[in-house]
Amino acid sequence: MSAAFKRRLTSPVMWLLPFALIFGAFQIAPLVWVMVSAFKTPTGWGLANFHEIASSAFFRQAIWRSLEISFMSSVLGLAIAAVTCHSMHRCGPRLTRMMIAFTNMTSNFAGVPLAFAFIILMGANGMLTLMLEHFGLLEDFNLYSRTGLIVIYTWFQIPLGILLLYPAFSTLKTEWREAASLLGANRLAYWQHIGLPVLWPSLAGTLTVLFANAMGAYATVYALVNTSYNLMTIRIANLVSGDLFLQPELASALALVLVVILVIVTLIQQWLMRRSYHVTSR
Amino acid sequence: MSLPAELPYRHGKPLLPSLMARLRRVNIYTFIVTSVFALLALPLIATLFYALATRWGASLTPDALTVKWFLELWTTPRFLAAFGRSLLVAVGALALSLLLIVPVVFLAHTRYPRLDSVMNGLILLPFAVPPIVSSVGLLQLYAGGPLAIVGTPWILIPTYFTIVLPFMYRALANSLRALDVASLMEAAQLLGASPLKAFFLVVLPNIRVGIQIAVFLAFSFLAGEFVFANMLVGTRFETLQVYLNNIRGASGHFTSALVITLFVFTLILTWLGNRQPAEQEMPADDPDEALTTTMTDGLPVPLPSAEPEPRHTIHQSSDSAPRGDR
Repeated sequence: MSAAFKRRLTSPVMWLLPFALIFGAFQIAPLVWVMVSAFKTPTGWGLANFHEIASSAFFRQAIWRSLEISFMSSVLGLAIAAVTCHSMHRCGPRLTRMMIAFTNMTSNFAGVPLAFAFIILMGANGMLTLMLEHFGLLEDFNLYSRTGLIVIYTWFQIPLGILLLYPAFSTLKTEWREAASLLGANRLAYWQHIGLPVLWPSLAGTLTVLFANAMGAYATVYALVNTSYNLMTIRIANLVSGDLFLQPELASALALVLVVILVIVTLIQQWLMRRSYHVTSR
Repeated sequence: MSLPAELPYRHGKPLLPSLMARLRRVNIYTFIVTSVFALLALPLIATLFYALATRWGASLTPDALTVKWFLELWTTPRFLAAFGRSLLVAVGALALSLLLIVPVVFLAHTRYPRLDSVMNGLILLPFAVPPIVSSVGLLQLYAGGPLAIVGTPWILIPTYFTIVLPFMYRALANSLRALDVASLMEAAQLLGASPLKAFFLVVLPNIRVGIQIAVFLAFSFLAGEFVFANMLVGTRFETLQVYLNNIRGASGHFTSALVITLFVFTLILTWLGNRQPAEQEMPADDPDEALTTTMTDGLPVPLPSAEPEPRHTIHQSSDSAPRGDR
């Protein structure tokens, strides 16, 4: 080995190259391809694909339904996660530890297996469905409908919400609550003036993450309803790998719309954060 | 909430106060946590029951319990093949990830501190871009041309690398930060070791536990990845999740046995990943800066104690990574 070669071997840049190559080829390049091909039309370049999406009731419905289900499930999931986190800090350490471990496991339990588990639990002949019908508590619940999807989405949002919010709730010090109640604040006043302002950044951030998670969700819905429910991710997948004729450029445009929605939501959240009264806890 | 007045201590506590105390302990908070726990466990429990039932018509209870579905599943060649393929892809992806990430994370914490902030920005991409969006691009880029790898496991390995990158980078960065790697390297080089030698003999053995944790957890959610596997490869290289989706029409008991098997597999991996005691406080990794500031501020710092310390510090470092739906 020559000295020059040896020096090149220990040159740090050489160790960064493989990473940059693979990351570029499999993360950045696909994204760039989507951005570019979204503006490709049969005759050249333009906004024809976006025009087609905007003028089609079918695509508009997919976008609307995605937004609706994502919003509902994130808000529900966040509310349940927040109440759970607050309760976890107020009950025994053993239960809390068990809960954290369990949420960790269930946060990986998503997609196809989750869809199957829900079919068994709440499908047409699902256990819970039968039980509730038996006691006359349920008229007709359809897992393959909007309500059903919101239920399933909320289920996978809860563990993620708990994992993201749990540390934030640790910042609420017991002394604050004590001090507030000594100064005559009731529970409502405490949450209004202390609890929520402190938690607000984490709540907003977690809501954004949950929303993005739901917007991009595909596996669960696909396993549950295949392509019969009209959502953005289902449409995108269908345009590049469906049984009909494929329209990759249109898929790119719709994928770009999805990314832009996520970016806008994140920006709104960041903007709200900047405007909000920020508490630093020591 | 006011503190309950302390009862004067006596030998052989009277029955009534202790009962009262127990009832007081089962308060609304415990009830809430337990109910959410039950809510989350419900689909799993239902699936487990279904997997153990001989036959389950449209009645409330199964006819009898059996393990025959599990035995049938574990002796099905197609299942075993899919299992093997999933393992193969995951091992390949993890090996590639370690090879690519370890040098970067190491250099970012020794020579180029600026690289660390660049990386922290870059690793948000896999978080922010849904797999379905990436797969649109991947399908077009690698379907033909010089790199026609769509439909082969070769496209899954580098794609899975991008999935595990964010939290693997974070986990390794945390280990290195806890180690004070810069001083270690300096000391090793003062004693005459080359940087490479110092890395392999000093740094690597010290971050082995961190690597192990990252690997097990990455493994557990690669085993659950479906979107890329189905979109880019599908049935031409049937992994576990794709197999599960394909046998939709089979007996529900059989598929339930498969779901439970998958879950137990994930459970074991998660447990292996969290078995080692948390050695340091790990800041939660989170795709959101605003969140991280509040999160790292108030992380519970484990107190040195005789009993094993709470593990949630480690959990958060790794587990904001899995996106709900992969």
